[in-house]
Amino acid sequence: MATIDDRRTVFLDNVSQIAAEVAAANADDVDAAARFPVETFEALREAEALSALVPSHLGGGGVELADVAAGCFTLGRSCGASGLVFAMHQIQVACLVRHANGSDWFEDYLRSLVREQRLIASVTSEIGTGGDTGRSIAAVTPAADGECTFVKQAPTVSYGAHADDFLTTLRRAPDADGGEQVAVLAARAQIELEPAGTWDPFGMRGTCSPGFTVRARFDAKQVLPQPFSTVSAQTMVPVSHLLWAHVWLGVATDAFDRARAFVRAAAKKTPGQPIPAAVRLSHLMTELSLLRGEVESALQEFLVADATPNRERLETMAAALRFNNLKIAASEQAPRVCQGAMNVCGIVGFKNDTPFSIGRQLRDAMSGALMIANERIHQTNASLLLVAKET
Amino acid sequence: MKERIRSVLDTHGRLPVGAAALADDANLYAAGMTSHASVNVMLALEEEFDVEFPDEMLTRSAFESVDAIAGRLVALGVG
Ligand SMILES: Cc1cc2nc3c(=O)[nH]c(=O)nc-3n(C[C@H](O)[C@H](O)[C@H](O)COP(=O)(O)OP(=O)(O)OC[C@H]3O[C@@H](n4cnc5c(N)ncnc54)[C@H](O)[C@@H]3O)c2cc1C
Repeated sequence: MATIDDRRTVFLDNVSQIAAEVAAANADDVDAAARFPVETFEALREAEALSALVPSHLGGGGVELADVAAGCFTLGRSCGASGLVFAMHQIQVACLVRHANGSDWFEDYLRSLVREQRLIASVTSEIGTGGDTGRSIAAVTPAADGECTFVKQAPTVSYGAHADDFLTTLRRAPDADGGEQVAVLAARAQIELEPAGTWDPFGMRGTCSPGFTVRARFDAKQVLPQPFSTVSAQTMVPVSHLLWAHVWLGVATDAFDRARAFVRAAAKKTPGQPIPAAVRLSHLMTELSLLRGEVESALQEFLVADATPNRERLETMAAALRFNNLKIAASEQAPRVCQGAMNVCGIVGFKNDTPFSIGRQLRDAMSGALMIANERIHQTNASLLLVAKET
Repeated sequence: MKERIRSVLDTHGRLPVGAAALADDANLYAAGMTSHASVNVMLALEEEFDVEFPDEMLTRSAFESVDAIAGRLVALGVG
């Protein structure tokens, strides 16, 4: 019987190996062609990494969120898009694992996720509400045969064409208020995706995230038992911000590594000579350490809050502020580090085809600030700050 | 106390119905109170009852009904 420590080690070793050997090798092509990182995900499926968060009594890896966060960092350091897809999938799995409330349907689903290494996409943002995931327009609509349906106009569905299942936020019923939401898990066979737009973006190109009109027909059992307001506060928002931030930290660390390699190469060429870029690298290390400090402390605070009875600390406004701040701070700091790395490397960092190229990392890192617009999150924080006392 | 809570809800809750029409245990979010409005309700309750809600108390569920709010105020020594 594998212990939790064995399982964690195996998971982290597998992800590190896949990041180094598969994700890194394909990262430039994935970026240039804006194509899905198929090889990376084949390897992750082979290693059963897609079910890492599923508890071991359901057959899954049973590893901890901190391990998955480390995996997001490692993949992001090799290929930002691979890291982000992995993170988004794990966020959906975390929502199901933590909020299925013993539902037979969801437990059976999680067993099939383990067997088939199913990949879950997220349909949360919506045309008309933008990045305000706390409100929906589309609704769970009862159909004549006892099943349910929905139609949702989704502006961005990452790996929509490559996913096996879709977790979608919706109003609970056609007459429900916009904030009265549930999450529905539907399989590809129950979904019709009508493409709406193309995907030729600035960065995170391998996430393949065009818009779709999503139509689904599903059984009422596929509605996640807990209301989305609970799922959102306890899991989707904090876990998204944590795992995304680990990806951005990985991307920024990759940029820093390249700048360091550049400075070492320069030092070797002219031994004993002063290297101005080395001083810039030192400045950059300070910036990177601020990013790392924010990301790592947020993870520790999440783990502490998550261990309170009924996860009540995660429901507080102070916690919302904490993990919103992580999102804003990390998504602003990561591109700053990448830009600093480009300044260290100079023209060889600016060119796309050198060992010191920083273009992909900089472009990937810049997606963070608009993946749920930071200004929107500032608006929410501004309001929470009126009543929250600490933080 | 519940009358004063309802009056705060009428002024700051931006509910589509008057608070008098809501049962003590009716869910205010289901009745249309947004997260943004709930913050204003919390602020106004602090002012009205001269209390400060500690951070542990500032959760969505703590303010989800007239009963829930009254319970929090009692816990802070009001009434
Ligand atoms: C790489 C990537 C992958 C993504 N993948 C997915 C996915 O798989 N599934 C999914 O559902 N979504 C996904 N998204 C979408 C993302 O999560 C946001 O929902 C979406 O980008 C928001 O769209 P928007 O910027 O047009 O809208 P808005 O959020 O409406 O923002 C538009 C502009 O208005 C401003 N603004 C809007 N509201 C406010 C406010 N209240 N206060 C101040 N300013 C405001 C914003 O700052 C911004 O400048 C992805 C995004 C990216 C970048």
